[in-house]
Amino acid sequence: MDTWWRALTFTLGYNTSLVTLGAMLLAAGAGMIGTFVLLRKRALVSDAISHATLPGLTLAFIIIGLLQGDGRWLPGLLIGAALSAALGLWLVQVISARTRLGEDAAIGAVLSSFFAFGVVLITVIQSMNVTGQSGLTGYLVGATAGMLSSEAKLIALCSLGVLAAVFVMRREFLLVCFDADFARTQGINTWRVDLALLMLLMAVVVIGLKVTGLILIVALTIIPPVAARFWTDHPMAMVALAAFLGALSGYFGVTLSSVGEGLPTGPLIVLAAFVLFLGSFLFSPRRGVLASLLAHQRFRRRVHLRQGLLSLSRDEPIFDGLTLTLLKRAGYIRRDGVATAAGQAAARDAEHEERLWALYRERYPDDALHREHAGLTPIAQVLSPDAVMTLETQLLLRTEARP
Amino acid sequence: MSDFMMFSLVPLAVAVIIGMTCALLGNFLVLRRQSLIGDAISHVALPGIVVSFLLTGALSSLAMMLGAGVSALVTVVLIELVRRFGRVESSAAMGVVFTSLFALGVLLLEWHGATGVHLDVEHALYGNLESLIWFEGTGLAALVDPQALAGLPPQLARAASVGLAVVVFLVMCRRQLILGSFDPDFAASVRARPALVDLLLVTMVAVAAIAAFEAVGSIIVIAMFICPAAAARLMTNRLATQIAWSLTFAAVSSVLGYVLAGYGPGWLGFNASVSAAGMIATLSGVILLLACLFGPERHRSGAAREA
Repeated sequence: MDTWWRALTFTLGYNTSLVTLGAMLLAAGAGMIGTFVLLRKRALVSDAISHATLPGLTLAFIIIGLLQGDGRWLPGLLIGAALSAALGLWLVQVISARTRLGEDAAIGAVLSSFFAFGVVLITVIQSMNVTGQSGLTGYLVGATAGMLSSEAKLIALCSLGVLAAVFVMRREFLLVCFDADFARTQGINTWRVDLALLMLLMAVVVIGLKVTGLILIVALTIIPPVAARFWTDHPMAMVALAAFLGALSGYFGVTLSSVGEGLPTGPLIVLAAFVLFLGSFLFSPRRGVLASLLAHQRFRRRVHLRQGLLSLSRDEPIFDGLTLTLLKRAGYIRRDGVATAAGQAAARDAEHEERLWALYRERYPDDALHREHAGLTPIAQVLSPDAVMTLETQLLLRTEARP
Repeated sequence: MSDFMMFSLVPLAVAVIIGMTCALLGNFLVLRRQSLIGDAISHVALPGIVVSFLLTGALSSLAMMLGAGVSALVTVVLIELVRRFGRVESSAAMGVVFTSLFALGVLLLEWHGATGVHLDVEHALYGNLESLIWFEGTGLAALVDPQALAGLPPQLARAASVGLAVVVFLVMCRRQLILGSFDPDFAASVRARPALVDLLLVTMVAVAAIAAFEAVGSIIVIAMFICPAAAARLMTNRLATQIAWSLTFAAVSSVLGYVLAGYGPGWLGFNASVSAAGMIATLSGVILLLACLFGPERHRSGAAREA
């Protein structure tokens, strides 16, 4: 607990603080770029990219290892990873654009066969005489424990670069995400913007290899944006919020992993992000499950109350328990089910309201279609006073004509 | 010859059976644009296995399969919940759920790894195809010797029974499956129960993934679900022909991949072998690449054909 507190307050040592900051920057960048990718409905492309880094990573390891005996040289490994990720990305694009296969099949095919080839190369490495082999498994699930400070600095710098690039390109990304055709009429080369988007995504994935590992970096580009979506309908706010939630999960994940020996960083960051997602999913006031349930309950009560009042005015017996409770609670009926004065007034109003709506639906069926769900709101709030006046007169005429 | 019987026959048979089983189901996944459900399910097999190990304290196959099966169903339900109640796009919902569960699996594993258990991430990924040795398989005579047959690795029988189950499922539900794959609305209107068949298909995918997972690791599972079926899709416009092609591709990549992994490095002068599961999956990807370049029906129907 004490260790965790010290990690949280950045007093656990220079290296831990650096790694924490680096992970936070990385997760923020992943959240930002992930938001655009999510809005473009291509969330799982990052899955293909991340798995496609493995063969490049291992090939680079073999080459570096043959040259200098130890394969662990982060910049070289990252370049290798980026090259093979770019190849994988290109293949996904080409397969889904040029052949009849869908993007899902292209993603799945690229991720599995690239990853498999990487595994083959790993077994090659295992039979080679190169040191630093154990460092390679860190790229599968992430390892920040033994990170050198130069590596942490590299990660932090690259993440900062990605953040800046996303910030500069945000308008183009937004335009292309929402309406690619419109963007084209505005003279924007959508193909190039898409490419930039995917390249930045790839940069995030490659930088993240060392922090969360290649299987889990996907989560950082998907979970924070999805969580952010629950809180806002405004795209730029969503980008900012996704960056914030990402940074938060990086913060909690890395600091938690510094508590115990052998606690892996990647899974902890992802689980922290998942907890944030779960909170948003359940408790967001806009789209959260709890808010929807409450809204549903409120709606149900309104329907029951209205039906109860209508039954009162038509002298029909009421059997439904919820309706009776609601009527009693509002003081519209006595305990023995007889309407009070207030109840009779409310019932008359409800009946009148219902007749006005019925007349409106009959006279203007097309307009009424657009207001299909407005039947429970007072009609005066929905229509203009003039329109209500006209309806009132027509209703009066009709009741007089039919004694 | 006896070397082959002892060391290669069983792994080869298991690889071919599992490859063909996955490819069979993969045809429908690819047609329904649900390829990535196989990806998600094979990722979450890990947490399922780890949890079942933590609960039972032993690495029994039955408990592992049960755990992985439960986690696959939990995943499908969770994805559906997030998609419906959170109004999240389905691929994003999938990404949220399976990465989180996989992270949980890795965390539990590493947590427990300190106490020295034989179970690691790499094993889950690559499988142990090469370790399926048939000690009694000393010669051709062993094939008809009941005593020697009893010594066959249990994975072979398991793979075979799962393959049989998949074939039975496909034969029984073929009408509903095909209808649901091409036109779910029409299928619903003629009471072909597309939702139920969907669930059954996902369950069969999970069962196949788990059986394969134990023997060959999870990458090969994903590759076999997608690559042969996708390649077959580029060869023909008829479903029956497509299934035949996908089975051929799966069998070819299994056999060739196994041989290349075992003997390929030797031909190049290295005294080692590489991961058979990895090689098989790589080859299936190569076959798909060739199909993308040369498959007769590779273009989208209706799109202008390029010269």
